[in-house]
Amino acid sequence: MRRIGLLLVVSSALWMAACGSSGNGSGSSSITSVTVSCSPSTIIFGQTSQCSATVIGTGNFSSGVTWTASAGTISASGLFTPPSGGATTLQVTITATSTQDTSKSGTATVTVNPAQQVNNVQPIVVDAGPAPQSFFTVNQAFTSVTVCLPNSSTCQTIDHVLVDTGSSGLRLLSSAGGGELTLALPQANDSGGNPLYECEVFLDGYIWGSVSTADITVAGEKASSANVHVVIPASASPAPPGSCVSQNPPGGNGNEGNTLMAFGANGILGVGLFQQDCGLACTSQNQLLPDVYYDCPASGCNPTYVTLAQQVPNPVVMFATDNNGVLVQLPAVPNGGSADVQGSLIFGIGTQSNNGLGSTTVYDVPDSGNNAGNFTTIFPPNGISYPASFLDSGSNGLFFLNSSVPGVPATCSDQNSWYCPTTSPDNLSAQNQGTNMSSPVSVSFSIENADMLFNNNNGANTAFSTLGGPDCSVGGSNCAFDWGLSFFYGRNVFTAIENMSTPGGTGPYVAY
Amino acid sequence: MPFPARAVLGDSAASVLTDQARMKGTLRSVDRGTYVMHEITTTTGAVREFVSPGGAVFGVAWEGQFPPNFQQLLGPYYQQSQQASASQQPRARRAPIGIETPGLVFQQTGHARSFHGVAYIPQLMPNGVQASDIR
Repeated sequence: MRRIGLLLVVSSALWMAACGSSGNGSGSSSITSVTVSCSPSTIIFGQTSQCSATVIGTGNFSSGVTWTASAGTISASGLFTPPSGGATTLQVTITATSTQDTSKSGTATVTVNPAQQVNNVQPIVVDAGPAPQSFFTVNQAFTSVTVCLPNSSTCQTIDHVLVDTGSSGLRLLSSAGGGELTLALPQANDSGGNPLYECEVFLDGYIWGSVSTADITVAGEKASSANVHVVIPASASPAPPGSCVSQNPPGGNGNEGNTLMAFGANGILGVGLFQQDCGLACTSQNQLLPDVYYDCPASGCNPTYVTLAQQVPNPVVMFATDNNGVLVQLPAVPNGGSADVQGSLIFGIGTQSNNGLGSTTVYDVPDSGNNAGNFTTIFPPNGISYPASFLDSGSNGLFFLNSSVPGVPATCSDQNSWYCPTTSPDNLSAQNQGTNMSSPVSVSFSIENADMLFNNNNGANTAFSTLGGPDCSVGGSNCAFDWGLSFFYGRNVFTAIENMSTPGGTGPYVAY
Repeated sequence: MPFPARAVLGDSAASVLTDQARMKGTLRSVDRGTYVMHEITTTTGAVREFVSPGGAVFGVAWEGQFPPNFQQLLGPYYQQSQQASASQQPRARRAPIGIETPGLVFQQTGHARSFHGVAYIPQLMPNGVQASDIR
């Protein structure tokens, strides 16, 4: 491509040399015509085309031209670069105008096609959870993921993997922990050649297991030789170190890798805002070694620094295309809930015809600091600001303030995880504001009585747009709005990954 | 260890400087009359220890990329607060944690890379201090 362009430039320059120099000198010179050709005349987005002009005239005429393009850019030497993105074919008119006589110009058309597109749509379902089970999940969006031994056709497809925009990285529950994964993925080692393990802490518990390597396939997208967290129970070896265990909060679930019921899924597909699960804080840039990655020689496990490349990555950034974020698309769910709702996890933002931002609003979020990934929710409208609020498909309700705060629904008398408003539905509104916005945007939502929801339709419903619960017992700025899966129904919710370019700007941001 | 190992809730305040050294953080102390707030800031977050005039740590707040080591932070209060409630209802998952007992109030919210929480002992709170001051 580049070599062909260079040859055309050379031939164009030779022609110009043969036909006289620029400068209009004599009054008897005139321009007869300008013709343009571009090679190649058909390109795909991201490629360039070299255009050249042939100027025919009389006398000592000038062969100089100025270039314009109806889209994209073109250099003074005629090198055309199409605009970025592009989900549909674009016809671009290239014009060369004589500098001596601007009434004389010529045009050519360059066709810019979308890159050959892969299937970027992965089905998701909100159902009662993985089998075999003695429990019942609500508001958990599941998909399936195929993992293979690197560079091999030895693969396993894992169903009921939670789609989680609130974390980054693929984590699979091993069969030892009651999960589906039986494929023995190769262990990743730390810089000293010892097995690398990880303690991943969630808000309500932790998981522990090896960092292993797999080729990950979801829809038509593939992440080759990606690190994956293989989650093992405490009964397996090595056991989770004390410094991992003691990050479990009081009242938390403890080791969620012990059973399928505790994990609630066969895996977690973290397609969140960040390129790795930990980032710079787990590299030697951080003076204080965190209890996240562990090196595990036979003598035992101890925390260790890792490079960014040694961490568990968000698999989306390792895709060849559609790698700047995700769109979670779920149908609207009426009050009372629905059974077995189906939707899509769509990879890429503005990379294909099915993942454009459309009329959604972009909410930029900080990439680092204490509020990494958060935006501000204001409740009631024009009231108190909660700057640690966030969108998270992995949370299974709308979790916000304590029932003692005016305007917040009552907590259920039989289970303090959920709201049971006395008037159901309780129609509420709040405002959300990203760091890019000078004023907040209103958002309406409803909360219904959870006891009623869980008993509705003989208890068969699994998807609830009106399910919520209390977040906070103290009040004040410690509290946040956790906009969980309830919020996602009937919306297009985008999660843009840090430092990745999109038509809505560079991530991280959320958009809906 | 990203967060304090020594300033155990309910303990004395003598350990604040030790914590600062171990956490390689910077210390800022603010006398608010009814209590003193010691804030230790590190590259990945901050922890604030609330000390009564009598020298007892009655509250702790944290925010940052990692949650604290709760066993060390809460000391004897950690075990007593571990009884998880059994329920027939579907579980709240990836949900905030809140505990409100006469002996301990605890709450934590957030997600991967951003944790926010507080813990305090109501009986040790000096007169005139509001729960919402601990943050």
